[in-house]
Amino acid sequence: MPKDYGIGASSKRREDVRFLTGSGRYTDDINVPGQAFVSFVRSEVAHGKLNSVETEEASAMPGVLRVFTGADFEGVGGLPCGWQITDRNGEPMKEPAHPILAQGKVRHVGDPIAAVVAESEAQARDAAEAVAVDVQELPAVLDMKSALEDEGLVHEDAGTNLCFDWGFVEDNKDAVDAALAGAHHVTTLELTNNRLVANAMEPRVAIGDYDAATDVSTLFTTSQNPHVIRLLMGAFVLSIPEHKLRVVAPDVGGGFGSKIYHYAEEAFCTFAARQLLCPVKWTATRSESFVTDAHGRDHVSKIELGLDEDGNFLAIRTATLANMGAYLSTFAPAVPTYLHGTLMAGNYKTPNIYVNVKAVFTNTVPVDAYRGAGRPEATFQLERVIDKAARELGIDPVELRRKNFIDKEQFPYATPVALQYDTGDYAATMDKLAEISDFEGFESRLEESKRNGKLRGLGVNCYIEACGIAPSNLVGQLGARAGLYESATVRVNATGSVTILTGTHSHGQGHETTFPQVLADMFGIGEDQINLVHGDTANTPMGMGTYGSRSIAVGGAALVRAAEKIIAKAKKIAAHLMEASADDIEFADGQFTVAGTDKSVAWGDVCLTAYVPHNYPLEELEPGLEETSFYDPANFTFPAGAYACEVEVEPETGKVDVVAFSAADDFGNVINPMIVDGQVHGGIAQGIGQALREHAVYDDGGQLVSGSYMEYAMPRADDIPDLAVDHSCQTPCTHNPLGVKGCGEAGAIGSPPTVVNAVVDALQRGGYDVDHIDMPLSPFRVWSAING
Amino acid sequence: MEFVELIVNGRTLSGEVEGRKLLSEFLREDLRCTGTHIGCDTSQCGACVVHVGGKAVKSCTMFAWEADGMEVVTIEGMADEDSLGDIQQAFQDNHALQCGFCTPGMVMSAAALLDENPDPSDAEIRDYLEGNLCRCTGYQNIVKAIRSVAEQRESAAAA
Ligand code: FES
Ligand code: FES
Repeated sequence: MPKDYGIGASSKRREDVRFLTGSGRYTDDINVPGQAFVSFVRSEVAHGKLNSVETEEASAMPGVLRVFTGADFEGVGGLPCGWQITDRNGEPMKEPAHPILAQGKVRHVGDPIAAVVAESEAQARDAAEAVAVDVQELPAVLDMKSALEDEGLVHEDAGTNLCFDWGFVEDNKDAVDAALAGAHHVTTLELTNNRLVANAMEPRVAIGDYDAATDVSTLFTTSQNPHVIRLLMGAFVLSIPEHKLRVVAPDVGGGFGSKIYHYAEEAFCTFAARQLLCPVKWTATRSESFVTDAHGRDHVSKIELGLDEDGNFLAIRTATLANMGAYLSTFAPAVPTYLHGTLMAGNYKTPNIYVNVKAVFTNTVPVDAYRGAGRPEATFQLERVIDKAARELGIDPVELRRKNFIDKEQFPYATPVALQYDTGDYAATMDKLAEISDFEGFESRLEESKRNGKLRGLGVNCYIEACGIAPSNLVGQLGARAGLYESATVRVNATGSVTILTGTHSHGQGHETTFPQVLADMFGIGEDQINLVHGDTANTPMGMGTYGSRSIAVGGAALVRAAEKIIAKAKKIAAHLMEASADDIEFADGQFTVAGTDKSVAWGDVCLTAYVPHNYPLEELEPGLEETSFYDPANFTFPAGAYACEVEVEPETGKVDVVAFSAADDFGNVINPMIVDGQVHGGIAQGIGQALREHAVYDDGGQLVSGSYMEYAMPRADDIPDLAVDHSCQTPCTHNPLGVKGCGEAGAIGSPPTVVNAVVDALQRGGYDVDHIDMPLSPFRVWSAING
Repeated sequence: MEFVELIVNGRTLSGEVEGRKLLSEFLREDLRCTGTHIGCDTSQCGACVVHVGGKAVKSCTMFAWEADGMEVVTIEGMADEDSLGDIQQAFQDNHALQCGFCTPGMVMSAAALLDENPDPSDAEIRDYLEGNLCRCTGYQNIVKAIRSVAEQRESAAAA
């Protein structure tokens, strides 16, 4: 019998009721009395010298309160970067300034130049059109290889377009070179990880408000991590101390990474509200989102895999160019380095690995983490090169993988790229995959497709990810400028109901449902007795927010720790009530019992006593029942799995149909299976989107050609097949109290190579000599590959 | 400025609007029916779908004045008195929403589909939802929810 409440139950989501009735409260639904509106004047060219910005005419237009330009932000901090990478030469990365409004130069289409604040949105837009910008256009720096020739510079003061050149692990380099030189076979693959736009369905919004009487600024914003925004904006941009700055992220309509970062519009609205003494609101249009939300991926890589005569992996060497865009976004330098190089071992026991990454500035929108962040790029290279090697050596791709899996007896397993995997069972997920995707029936399905004039292919893929981000001392050594703990306060109320206050943030993940499930089990009370408060720095403990599949692994662990403190204190209260020793108190199903007796008191009585302490050991114990924990993980968590996909390809047109897709994931313990299924569905849909459709394309002049839903091909309902997902293989995480690993990114990491492997398989079975096609596998690209 | 009066979810609501104001903006900004969402500026996402005169329309494709005098149903009008409507309930039961941003448009499109075709196949559902983008769910549970409503309505009618 599946459980019907608590950990492991598919509890229905309580947040759904407000979303389904139109009573959600997203940032754009908020209107602060007296608010003004801002419209940004943005660069229409990719690269240029800013000669002048004429604001006089706009300032005189109806309703306009003020027009701001870069000059208003001289002396105000720029947007900070949260991570510092050290170059191979020992120097810190190049870290050019990122002004709120352009100063002297514009560096990408969409770069904000001026901001018009007016009484109505229409007035602000009209006046923005009257701002006259004189820009002397410069040649756009776009292609990463040519950017490294430094003929034109995105940032003159950096002196180069190379942000950093990173080697990992530098000490492995010679051994890797030697192993490849001596290998029986080396498979080489050059590939591109296509640039993407996260496209959360809710565009970004910011509302700045300032209360002069208390000197408190409030920012309402579409953020995945309000405390991080308060920290970055308060400390580095506007110099507002935490107690004078409140950041609220209410209901947020999806993030996928793009709403982690601190953006110029947030700082602008907060700043302008203080200057104008009125609330200032900005709502992005989708067109604006395309040219201002941080983009994802955009790597160009070469990977070499050396094998011995038996197909054992000997060494891996990779060289990657990673696009940073025009400025360093909050997490950007961490993505191609510590979220990518560290994952290059995958699920395999390759003894020698060396990763080189050159990060490059270009005149494009900044690039940062998008669902999976670095791990999809690593998985794509590794799993594509393994597939190619299998074909070159005439070994079955599944067998080649199985042969090189880290065995389950080998955990904990230290990889040559600095991670220590705590647990896993990769053969088990592969077995499960074979079962749910019916590998055995493939041949007959292939025949069926042939009869219909279609090519059919089967693609298989494994992935591992490091999530539950992250041990603070470790990431500190690696260049993070913040800790990555998480927090929870458990506030037990006098009548026994419970409020959880957490630093994580839910923007689709269902925390309002899952966090109470955990406590319902621990306290033996109903889930409906428990609620969750999140998203407001004024009433939640400092936490680092939600990304990197960290909420349940790190935030859930903080929750458990806080709840354990509650139980320890409650036992003392119960002991007092029953005149027993606290050591003798047992707590189960909401009852405190003196061991070995039938004496007991109920949860509710203990809670009431804590707040009405008439009969209470006041000299030893404080009244009240509220505890906070900050949890800093001992290690990353390592979800892993095996994915399979079947495609049909129309040889005349190159059109690819994903006809079946299955996923066998190991997420460790699972709190709510229904929600986990949903997370995997969504991740896979994004991965299929990346593999077949999505691409942020710049033309030679640096214009974003796919800058709306007319050109940027989002996956729609009929592009995605029914997905078979399974997470019954569970090797619980060994170092967090719930044994959970996180599930948010897996689908987006594991699926793109699965699809590409399947298409290549289909073409090869059809007799075409094609060993790679770069994503997205559009009909044109596939047709071109078929036709040489 | 033009005076526009709508019957929204059975209530008569009105306001003064500029000619260029879209129905989606009028609903959200003037009438404070913020359940209708705006996810794009090219009429591609479907977050803004409402029913006007009994038909599903993307409310960003109409000016407010074009709807003058018409009956408009939004997500706020889809619940029964004190419980969710059957489509809403099926969305919750089947985990057909995550962040909830596309959800109002999805529910309004689903309602229109089931009016037109009470027993759609999965392929017909996916085809009909062509104009509604969801970035969170991968669509599978949305399809499942809509199919379950069709089945429930059919068995209720048979009973
Ligand atoms: S807002 Fe109407 S279709 Fe996107
Ligand atoms: S539920 Fe988030 S976009 Fe559909």
